Amino acid sequence: MQHLEHSKADTSKPFFEYLLRLGDDRLILGHRMSEWCGYGPQLEEDLAMANIALDLIGQAKALLEYAGEVEGEGRSEDDLAYFRDDIDFRNLQLAEQPNGDFGFTIARQFLFSTFNELLLERLQDHPDRQLAGIASKSLKETRYHVRHSRDWVLRLGDGTDESNQRIQQAFDDLWMYTAELFYMDEVDEILIKDGKVPDLKELQPEWNERVNQTLKEATLQRPDDDQYMATGGRVGFHQEELGYLLMEMQFLRRSHPEAEW
Amino acid sequence: MDEQQKLQEFQDRIDAGEKIEPKDWMPERFRKQLVRMMSQHAHSEIIGMLPEGNWITRAPSLRRKLALLAKVQDEAGHGLYLYSGAETLGVSRDEMIDDLLSGKAKYSNIFNYPTQTWADIGVIGWLVDGAAIVNQTMLAKSSFGPYARANLRICKEESFHRKQGHEIIATMMKGTPAQRKMVQDAVNRWWWPTLMMFGPPDDNSPNSNELIRWKVKTKTNDELRQSFIDRTVEEAHDMGIEIPDPDLRYNEETKHWEIGEINFDELYRVVTGNGPMNKKRMAARRKAHEEGRWVREAAEAYAEKQKLKEKKAS
Amino acid sequence: MGENGINRKGGEGRMWEVFTQKKTGDPHEHAGNVHAHDAEMALQHARDVYSRRNEAVSIWVVPSDQITASSPDDAGPFFDPAEDKIFRHPQFYKVPHVSKKRR
Repeated sequence: MQHLEHSKADTSKPFFEYLLRLGDDRLILGHRMSEWCGYGPQLEEDLAMANIALDLIGQAKALLEYAGEVEGEGRSEDDLAYFRDDIDFRNLQLAEQPNGDFGFTIARQFLFSTFNELLLERLQDHPDRQLAGIASKSLKETRYHVRHSRDWVLRLGDGTDESNQRIQQAFDDLWMYTAELFYMDEVDEILIKDGKVPDLKELQPEWNERVNQTLKEATLQRPDDDQYMATGGRVGFHQEELGYLLMEMQFLRRSHPEAEW
Repeated sequence: MDEQQKLQEFQDRIDAGEKIEPKDWMPERFRKQLVRMMSQHAHSEIIGMLPEGNWITRAPSLRRKLALLAKVQDEAGHGLYLYSGAETLGVSRDEMIDDLLSGKAKYSNIFNYPTQTWADIGVIGWLVDGAAIVNQTMLAKSSFGPYARANLRICKEESFHRKQGHEIIATMMKGTPAQRKMVQDAVNRWWWPTLMMFGPPDDNSPNSNELIRWKVKTKTNDELRQSFIDRTVEEAHDMGIEIPDPDLRYNEETKHWEIGEINFDELYRVVTGNGPMNKKRMAARRKAHEEGRWVREAAEAYAEKQKLKEKKAS
Repeated sequence: MGENGINRKGGEGRMWEVFTQKKTGDPHEHAGNVHAHDAEMALQHARDVYSRRNEAVSIWVVPSDQITASSPDDAGPFFDPAEDKIFRHPQFYKVPHVSKKRR
């Protein structure tokens, strides 16, 4: 499949770039999750989704704060969250996909969290103690996200005909964004060479196995890998919806750039 | 024992400071009042998520975003505790939600106003939660055990709600002219509706006497309102906020702040469903409920299937 | 409420009693209720509702209609608002420190 030409990765500060990518995934996905607050399918589920959103945005805050420190130009986590444009965001396109129905949100969360758990398991042993600390705390939260979303995949997959169709459709629609989970470029290569970050290729078999096992148990079909696979989020290429998400998230802060809140 | 004796015993227990538990004998009227109060209180928490939830995605810093999200989440929890309390009296959550969605049940009129700016989030925390805490602190001592326990838990968790609101507006009042304007504008809009949250004045409060006699409430609407006013006016002045009441006066003798007349016609108009946001809030809740139906049905079907599997296995 | 504590179809699910342990070595104490359609969901809901502030290290859930309880011996022919349903409700049970304690 032909891939679009994207901007090149910024390798001037690879560790900063790496932290930004981690932070942006969680900020954008957490934002999407927070949009559910007050609109869940059941009262208890409203609390559950808010918890996940709180975890993700909390992780993003810690990662972006650290990214700002590593960059060394005096940017705070809020500067990074509120004063960058669409093309400067490094998140996966999976994370920015609009919520759709509850099934779509659950499928998106399951695919990301399963990946996130594997990644954090490695990052908690990172030689950089601050990143290792953030990863270790995030891992505990993420294990719960996996459990929550996996159980819902089972319930929806093996629930009613309608729920089976809806969640199958969600996986079908999201599948093109899954290859990007394992995307790597020069930023990763530099850091891998220094022995600092995991090679994502090594996570892929385990991710495949866990996803396959859950889909099977949920009586769902794994979508075809041989299809157009989106890429580019890591270097600032995004779908149109991200612009609207950022507009909403950033407007107040940007309308009064000098103000303290 | 005849009805009159039972009633006397019931009143004696209450006068002695005992808590009434769901299984105990209680006058039918007491039961009805408690179901009404607890379900209305629960509905208010649930509907109350919407005006504040309106600003989660736009919060001006990550710290504020996390605090607001946690606060709105708490409100879902508080709704849940209160529904559980009402369920001890034999009414199901599904029934209560039906009553809310069909428009049969009432909820606090305060949530039928829009949240226009970020300052509204601060002012809701400071004023609306401030008022709610005054009320809930009293209800935590209510004579009905489940209601008292639910409110006790709510009060414990809500202590940060008011503080985060207060901090938001205190920060904004120290900020730019545009920020100060937002705060004053929000206070102008929320002040009177907040005072109306305490209900009609004592001489026109149909339920009050009975509820006080039964110690479901221990203070009157006007007493609660006054203690809220006294505390809040001082804080407003401290921050440089003007209270939108030309008749506001400090009475040196009583040591209370006295306010102008409350326009209760407005309260009745909003309570009876004519507030600017009633229809929108209800439509939002109905939509969420309907869109969640297939999910709940799937969970039910899945649970049934699992049960069958277990049976087969054993 | 329908039979067996299960709410109507498409509703919020049956009611469960939640018991939480504050730290290891402590007893599990009654925390409140949740609605859920199955046990695992009840457990997760209990965690999300009653341990949002890390109040628990361990949680038990049990369907409310599976609890057997004593009844007050001074009953008499009184009006009972929910005679057949009472076993579902936590507030019926006098267990240690229900959260009455103020800190």
